[in-house]
Amino acid sequence: MAQQAVFDAQAVTEAVAEGIARIENASSTEELKAIKTQYAGADSAMTQASKAIGALPADQKKDAGKLMGKLRADFGRAFGARETELKAQEEARALASETVDMTLPIRRKPLGARHPLAKVMEDWEDFFISMGWRISSGPEVETEWFDFDALNFGPDHPARQMQDTFYVKGSQARDAAGFVGSNMVLRTQTSSDQVRALLEYGVPLYIASPGRVFRTDELDATHTPVFHQCEALAVDKHLTMADLKGVLDKLAVAMFGPEAKTRLRPSYFPFTEPSAELDLWFPDKKGGAGWLEWGGCGMVNPNVLKSAGLDPDVYTGFAFGMGIERTLLLRHDINDMHDLVEGDVRFSKQFVMGE
Amino acid sequence: MPMVDIDWLKDHVEVPEDLTYEQLARDLVKVGLEEEEIHASQVTGPIVVGYVVDATPEPQKNGKTINWCHVDVGDEYNEVDENGNKVPRGIVCGAPNMKAGEKVVVTLPGAVLPGDFRIEPRKTYGHISNGMCASERELGLGDSHDGIILLREYGFTPAEYEALKPGDDAMHLLHLDQPLLEINITPDRGYALSYRGVAREYHHSTGAAYVDPVSALDGKTPLAEGLEPGTPTDIEVSIEDDNPIHGVPGCDRYYARAIRGFDPSAKTPNWMRRRLIRAGVRSISLAVDVTNYVMLDLGQPMHAYDMDKLEGPIVVRRAREGEHLVTLDGKDHELSVEDLLITDSPNGERGSRIIGLAGVMGGLYGEVTAETKNILLEAAHFDQVSIARSARRHKTPSEASRRFERGVDTQLQPAAAQMAAELLIRYGNGEASEHPTDVNNVPRRRAIHFKSTEVARVTGLDTDVNRICDILTDIGCGVAGGGNGEFSIMPPSWRPDLNEPCDLVEEIARLVGYDEIPVTVPPAPVEGEVGLTDDQRRKRQVADELAEYGLVEALTYPFVGDEDYRAFAYDADEIKRVSVEIANPLAGDRPFLRRDILPTLAQTVRLNLRRGLENVSLYEIGHVYLWDPQAPAIPALPGGVRPTDEQLAALDAGLPAQPMHVAGILTGNAVETGWLGERRAVDWSDAVEAVRRISDRLGADLTLDQPAPDDVPAQWHPGRMARVLAGQTVVGVVGELHPHVNEALGFPAHSAAFELDLTALFAALDNAPIQARPISTFPPVKQDLAFTVPQSVTAAALEDAIREAAGEVLESIELFDVFTGDQVGEGMKSLAYAVTFRAVDRTLGSEDSETIRKAIIDRAAELGAQLRA
Repeated sequence: MAQQAVFDAQAVTEAVAEGIARIENASSTEELKAIKTQYAGADSAMTQASKAIGALPADQKKDAGKLMGKLRADFGRAFGARETELKAQEEARALASETVDMTLPIRRKPLGARHPLAKVMEDWEDFFISMGWRISSGPEVETEWFDFDALNFGPDHPARQMQDTFYVKGSQARDAAGFVGSNMVLRTQTSSDQVRALLEYGVPLYIASPGRVFRTDELDATHTPVFHQCEALAVDKHLTMADLKGVLDKLAVAMFGPEAKTRLRPSYFPFTEPSAELDLWFPDKKGGAGWLEWGGCGMVNPNVLKSAGLDPDVYTGFAFGMGIERTLLLRHDINDMHDLVEGDVRFSKQFVMGE
Repeated sequence: MPMVDIDWLKDHVEVPEDLTYEQLARDLVKVGLEEEEIHASQVTGPIVVGYVVDATPEPQKNGKTINWCHVDVGDEYNEVDENGNKVPRGIVCGAPNMKAGEKVVVTLPGAVLPGDFRIEPRKTYGHISNGMCASERELGLGDSHDGIILLREYGFTPAEYEALKPGDDAMHLLHLDQPLLEINITPDRGYALSYRGVAREYHHSTGAAYVDPVSALDGKTPLAEGLEPGTPTDIEVSIEDDNPIHGVPGCDRYYARAIRGFDPSAKTPNWMRRRLIRAGVRSISLAVDVTNYVMLDLGQPMHAYDMDKLEGPIVVRRAREGEHLVTLDGKDHELSVEDLLITDSPNGERGSRIIGLAGVMGGLYGEVTAETKNILLEAAHFDQVSIARSARRHKTPSEASRRFERGVDTQLQPAAAQMAAELLIRYGNGEASEHPTDVNNVPRRRAIHFKSTEVARVTGLDTDVNRICDILTDIGCGVAGGGNGEFSIMPPSWRPDLNEPCDLVEEIARLVGYDEIPVTVPPAPVEGEVGLTDDQRRKRQVADELAEYGLVEALTYPFVGDEDYRAFAYDADEIKRVSVEIANPLAGDRPFLRRDILPTLAQTVRLNLRRGLENVSLYEIGHVYLWDPQAPAIPALPGGVRPTDEQLAALDAGLPAQPMHVAGILTGNAVETGWLGERRAVDWSDAVEAVRRISDRLGADLTLDQPAPDDVPAQWHPGRMARVLAGQTVVGVVGELHPHVNEALGFPAHSAAFELDLTALFAALDNAPIQARPISTFPPVKQDLAFTVPQSVTAAALEDAIREAAGEVLESIELFDVFTGDQVGEGMKSLAYAVTFRAVDRTLGSEDSETIRKAIIDRAAELGAQLRA
C-alpha cells in the first residue's frame, strides 16, 4: 500500500518541468512514450499530486487544481508537439528506407504482339466500315469460275495464263478449254469475291474483302507465294469513275497521311473497263516524295455484272484492289519480304499491338 | 516484253531530237504502255574509229598468227613517242580479217564492255597492246566472233564511210551508248507489240505526227482480187478446218507471196541486225531476219518457206489423232486434234506433210536454208483461242504465238508481205511475185452502237460529242451517225479488243486523260447491315486477347508435306487422303494444304528457336482446308451469264470446307520476370489459360473434357490433353504436345499448344444479350471445404457437383489447394475450395449455411468424395 502522498506544489512543478525537458530531448516516439509513462503515468509525480489534492484543505484545493491543470496542459502540449515532430521524422526515415529505383526493368505480364499484316487488314476494314460498307470474304480454295470466268477471264484468255496460278488436284473434270483439271485453284486475287458477294447480297452493294491470295512465285525479297490483298467493290445506280477516284483518295489519306493522294494510269484487267493502274503519291517515300505503284482498279466490266445476273445498262460499279504487303512495305520502310513472311517474333514485336 | 528503240520509233512518228528514254517512258505510260525497265547501255567508252596504218603478221610458237598493228585513233587518243609526237597506237590483234587500210572499232584503255570486261594496256606476245580492236560479240552487238568489225562492211554509204575519221566516237556510231525502253503490253493491246502500234500510241499521248506505214505499203501491194479468172497465183492454198473451236475457224486469212531468184548468200544489213539484236532477237539469215523485222515493225508474224521444197496446195487444217511434228527447235510434239497445222501436198497427197504448227512454230521441213533461192512468204491471220491453246498445250510460246493470241490485224497481211518483199529484194535481190495468193474469209465486223452519254455515265467525264468523235477517229475507228449523240462505230482492224461500248468509253477516257475525271465521293449506302459482323468482331477479340496474353501473332504458309506429318505423328496416308493437294506446288515436299494450323505454326516456332530466341509463344488465326474424297467434280461454266441456282450449288459443293481456326504454341518460360526472380516453365496450364481467356473474352463458357489416355491422339501428351467443348460441340484441343513431337520439332519439354475451330465455336455462340443478375447487398457466408476424392474424379466434375448442390446462393467457388500423397492415400487426391454463399433476398443464417453445406457434402459423396476434417 503506497503511502498517501502529500501535495507539494513545488515538487510537482519541478517534476513536470523535468518531464518537459526530457520530452524535448526525446529522440524517438518510443522514448517519448516512456517519458509519458514516467511523468504522466499512474505512478508519476503529476498523478500522485492530483490524487493528493483531495487531502488538502478546501481553500487550497482550487489553486492546486488550477496548478495541476496548467501542468497537465503544458506537459500535454509539449508531448503532442514533440510526438508530431518525431512521427514525421520517423515516417520520413521509413519512406527513405523504402525508396526503390523505379527505372528497374519490370515485365511481369509482357504483351505479345499482333502481326502487322493482320492489323493493317483491320485498318482497311475500319476504313470501309467507316464509310458504311461491309466486309465480306470468300474461300481461299476457290472455283475457277469465281476466280476467272465470272470475272471475264475466259478459259483461253491470255491474262488467265499470266496469273501464275496454283492449281488444285481433286475430282477431275474438263475445264472450259478442254484441259483436264479440277476447276479449282488457290485464288489468285481477292477479286474472286466480287461475284460471290453480288450473288449473295445483291445490289446496291458496297463491300471490301481483305484476304489471302496465292501465286506460284518463290519467296524472295520482293515476292511471296502467299500474300494478302484487299478488294473493294461498289455496284449501284449512278456510280462513275469519279466516285472511284474519290474513294481511292480517301483511302490513301487513311493509310498514308493527309498529303497522300492517288493517280490513275490506263491499264487492262479483264474484269474492269475502263481499267487503270493506281499510283500513290507517297509523301514519306525514301529519297523524297513521289509516285509509287499501289494497285489496280476500274469500272466493273459489264460481263462481270452479267455473271451476277445484273443489267449493265442499269447498274455501274467500280472495283479496286491493292496488296496489303506492299502497303506495309512502303509505310514502314521494310526492305525484305522475308521479314513479313517468316514470323520472327522480333519483327512483329516492333509493332506490338498496332502497326 | 517488247523493247522500244527511239531510233526505230522515228520511222513512223516524229519525235523530238532530244527525246530521252525517261521522257518516252512518261509519254507512253500516260496512254497505258507501262515502263518495265529502262535498260542502260552495257558499254562505256572510250570506243573510237581507228584507221589501221600497218599490220604485221607474226607467227607464234602456238601455231597462231597475230598481227602487230599500228592504229591511228586520232590526236586525242594516239600515243606520244619519245620526241613528243603523236603516233598511232600499238595494238596486238589476232583476228584473221585484220589488215592495213581498214577502218575498225578500237576500245581504248578505260573502256568497259559487256560482262564487265575492262580494257587495259597489257603485255602480250612480246608487245604492249594499248587497246583492242573489237568484234561484234565483244561489243554485245551480235554473235559474230569470226573477226573484228570492219566498218567498210557496216552498211555505210561510200560518202559516210569516207567521212569516218580516226578518233570519231564509235559508241554513238554503233548505238552502243543508247539505252532501251522495255515496256509492258497488256493483253488487250496486241497491236502495241509492234513499232507501228507503239508509234500510234506515242502519237495519242503527245500529238506527234504519225503516219501509218501500212497505208503506203498497201498502195504498192499487187491486187490479189479482181484478177482474170484462171490467173495462176503463187501457190494454191486451201483452208479446211473441220474442227473449229467455239465455231471460229482457226485461220480466216492466208496470204502467200513468192520471192524468186533470191541470193542465198546475201547478208542482213548491219542496221537491221543492230535493231533486231537490240530487240532481243537473234540474227539468223537475211530471209529469217526480214520476217522477224517485219513482225517487230508491223506486228504481223510471218514465216519464210523454201518454195522449192513445197508442193501445193498448202492446206491449213487441224491435226489428226496420232500425228507428230518436229518443230524448228528440234522438239517432237504429239499433236492434238485441236492443233491447227500448215501442210503441203507431196505426190498429190493433199495436206499430207506438216510444215508448221500454225502461228506457233515452223516445222523442220520446208524452212529456208543457206541454199534457198525461191522463198514463199506466209502472212496469215489465225484465231486467238486456237493459237493460245496450241502454245499452251505444247509449252512453246513464241513471238508469233504471243501476237496471234492477243489478236493480229486482219488486214495487215498484204502490207507485211510487201514490206518483207521490198527488204528481201533490196538486200538479197530476186523478184517479188505480182500474183500473191490471198484466201480471205475474214468475217465482217459488227459495228458498235455507241451512245456518247455512256462516257459520262461510266466515267463522270463531261466530254463534248465532237471530241468523242475525234478521239474515236484518231484511234482508227470508222464513225457514222451522230444524231442524238448516237453513233455507229466500226473499230479498226488492228483492235480486236474493241467490241462493246465500254471498250470505247475506255479509249475516250484514257485519251482525254484519267486526270481529267472529276473526284467525288459516293454517299454511304443506306441499305444493308452496318459495321463488322459478330463473327468479324469476335475474330478480332480472339486475336487481341492472345496478343495481350503474351503470344505473338504469326501468319504461316498453309503448305504441308511428309516432314510435317512425321513431326506431328500423323498417319501420312490417312491425312493425305483428306487433304487438298496442289497440282503444281512450289516446293515438292509440301504439296498439301494444312488441315490444322499447328504443323505450319510449329515451323515458325522452330525458325525462331533456331535463331536463338527463347520463350517463343506464337499464335495464328487462319483457314484450314478439309478435302472430302467424295466431293463431286466442279463443273466448268461460262462467264458473262448468271449460273442457275443448281449450277451455283454445284460449284460450292465441290469445294473443300475451309473453317477458320486459331492455334497457339507455347514454349520456354511462361513467367520470366528477370531480376524480380520469378520464373516458371510453360506447361499444359498455360495453354488451358489461353483457351479460358478466349472463352471469357467471347463469353463462350467453353469446357474441357479429358479423354482416357488411350483415346488421346498421338500428337498429344496422353495424360495432358483435353477436348474443348462449346456446349456439346467439340471445338478444339488443348494440352501439352507429346514428348516425341516436342523432340522432333526441337521444342523444350512440356511445350504446350491449343487449336480451336473458330467457325464452329462462333456458330455455337448465342447472340442474345446477356441477362444481368441482381447484385445482392446482403452479407456473404464464406466457408472452406476440402474433399478427398478418387484420382479418376475430375476437378470439373466435383465443381459441377458443388455448384449444383449449392444452387442459386453460391456466389463464388475457388479451388485453392490440390494435393496428393500419403496423407490422402493411394489413388486419391485432395481438392480444397473456398466457397461464398449469398442470398439475393435475405441474410443467410447459420441454419441456412448448414443446410447448404450438407447438400454439398451429400452431392459430393455421390462422386466418392469425402469431406476432410
